[in-house]
Amino acid sequence: MANTQRNLLEVKGVKKYFPITGGILKKTVGYVKAVDGVDMFIKRGETLGLVGESGCGKSTLGRVILRLLEATQGEINYDGINILKLKKEQMREMRKKMQIIFQDPYASLNPRMTVGDIIGEPMDIFGLASGRAKEEKVLELLHVVGLGTQHIRRYPHEFSGGQRQRIGIARALAVNPELIICDEPVSALDVSVRSQVLNLMQELQEKFNLTYLFISHDLSVVKHISDRVSVMYLGKVVEIAGKNELYDKPLHPYTRALLSAIPIPNPEVKRQRIILEGDVPSPVNPPSGCHFHTRCKYAKPKCSEIEPELKDVGGEHFVACHLY
Amino acid sequence: MQTKKSINNTAPVKSKRMSEGRSLWMDAWLRLRKNKSATFGLTLVIIICLAAIFAPYITRYDPYKQLIWTEGIKAKLAPPSAEHWFGTDVYGRDIYTRVVYGARISLQIGFAATGMSVIIGVVLGSLAGYYGGFIDDFISWLTNVVFAFPFLLFVLALVAYLPPSLPLMYSAIGVVSWASFARVARGQVMQVKRNEYVEAATAVGGGDSRILFRHILPNILAPIIVQATLEMGSIILLESSLSFLGFGVQPPKPAWGFMISEGKQFFLSGQWWWSVFPGIAIMVLVLGFNLFGDGLRDALDPRLKQ
Repeated sequence: MANTQRNLLEVKGVKKYFPITGGILKKTVGYVKAVDGVDMFIKRGETLGLVGESGCGKSTLGRVILRLLEATQGEINYDGINILKLKKEQMREMRKKMQIIFQDPYASLNPRMTVGDIIGEPMDIFGLASGRAKEEKVLELLHVVGLGTQHIRRYPHEFSGGQRQRIGIARALAVNPELIICDEPVSALDVSVRSQVLNLMQELQEKFNLTYLFISHDLSVVKHISDRVSVMYLGKVVEIAGKNELYDKPLHPYTRALLSAIPIPNPEVKRQRIILEGDVPSPVNPPSGCHFHTRCKYAKPKCSEIEPELKDVGGEHFVACHLY
Repeated sequence: MQTKKSINNTAPVKSKRMSEGRSLWMDAWLRLRKNKSATFGLTLVIIICLAAIFAPYITRYDPYKQLIWTEGIKAKLAPPSAEHWFGTDVYGRDIYTRVVYGARISLQIGFAATGMSVIIGVVLGSLAGYYGGFIDDFISWLTNVVFAFPFLLFVLALVAYLPPSLPLMYSAIGVVSWASFARVARGQVMQVKRNEYVEAATAVGGGDSRILFRHILPNILAPIIVQATLEMGSIILLESSLSFLGFGVQPPKPAWGFMISEGKQFFLSGQWWWSVFPGIAIMVLVLGFNLFGDGLRDALDPRLKQ
């Protein structure tokens, strides 16, 4: 662990605004501020959980990191290289190191290709293997993710959701990546299959020394798999800390409300739930100052004026709140 | 019994087919075979295609031979008989023979013109759907213009101006009928490119051409094939109307539309066979394509999949 402490990925002030066009001339009339200035880092070999409500920009951030979407502003350093500055061809090479696993196992596999072709495609693109060697590699990957030799010539529609997700994982592994963005990889799966896939992902992490950015809205899943957790609200990261630190000692009022919503499988335990009032404000027109001040019961006048910085309150526990 | 069956199915079988997957195309074919009206349509089309290919072997006369010169007046407008199944026309030509040879012309124009409109339409439509923006605006505008075009008049003008020939016919038809393919292709591409597997292909470093040809086109092919089959019917009808008006295939070539037009003056005086048999031929062929196209649509639509 000693020499693996260097940050594999650093995200600095990244913003992603989607233009809203209107009128017959298609003029830009506003922006959806999906990601509105995010700072975070991921250490080599760890799993960083990223939680937040639907629509807070988690998935957008994941895609911006892979440049599946172009960032509006900011800097993303991968192993010291700012990938937002890379040219198309250089970025293509970079894609060998970072991969993605998608949420919907039904939409993420091309229905007209066999499993062998799907997993073999990245090898074709990068010329990593061909012919017999490719087939062997594909078979090896199938076994690694818990599928069998007999599956190689089958089509995606012949598999269950969990099996499809395994195929998606095998495709991501085909280029021997270092970082995998997991975009809600188990949200679409049955609860019974969920833990199998999660355990597989943990095994693979150890085996191939992978780094995960694990995006999810499911707090218990994130707690299970992550080393550190960051919490997003309306396009911004409001708190990042080690898993135990965050779950035991949440500082940000939003994190506290979020954590109080985790169901406890014990009817004897009584806990006070913090119910947030109102809805998440629109990302088109986010509140001034701290984005959370409209729903925060500790809000002070300062909160609606000055945007709080993400600051270290000790022990790598970062929080963006004027209370600390 | 149910369980017994499933046990038998999952038991390891020595055949290699067990590990072969069933592609969506195979699935569609199996569904199509169960569809009675579609197989009927396909049978009609296949019979007419075979008749066109083997025309000399299933007819007794030459389509251009005017029998009145050899057999005299009894060969003129002879009613259907064992000798002449569909009767003869005013020049004593055997109508059955001419209907069979006419299939060659209709099918040739149908396939060539449809092929042409598929190519133009799919290329333009895919570009519009994939790149969007200005390219999309321009191509969509062009599609709308072609849709609004006085179709028949344009082809008429073209055929009237240039010396008539088969290639001219299908080029003229192809140039004006690609718009529906462009529309279907554009819509499908826009829908398919939003799928996560397209993003996944980008994430593993796939370029535009790989994404278009390996991930998008195979997934929009099904509706294009359906559209092409249905379009075949209307193109054959269009060709017949042009021939009927005298602007299509030039006589003495046996075009169905022209045969109807020539025969119509004798229709009321009781010699109905000259125009009725080519009319039936057109109907059967177009019906065949339409039934087959409808069946294809049902078979290829993944939403009907269990």
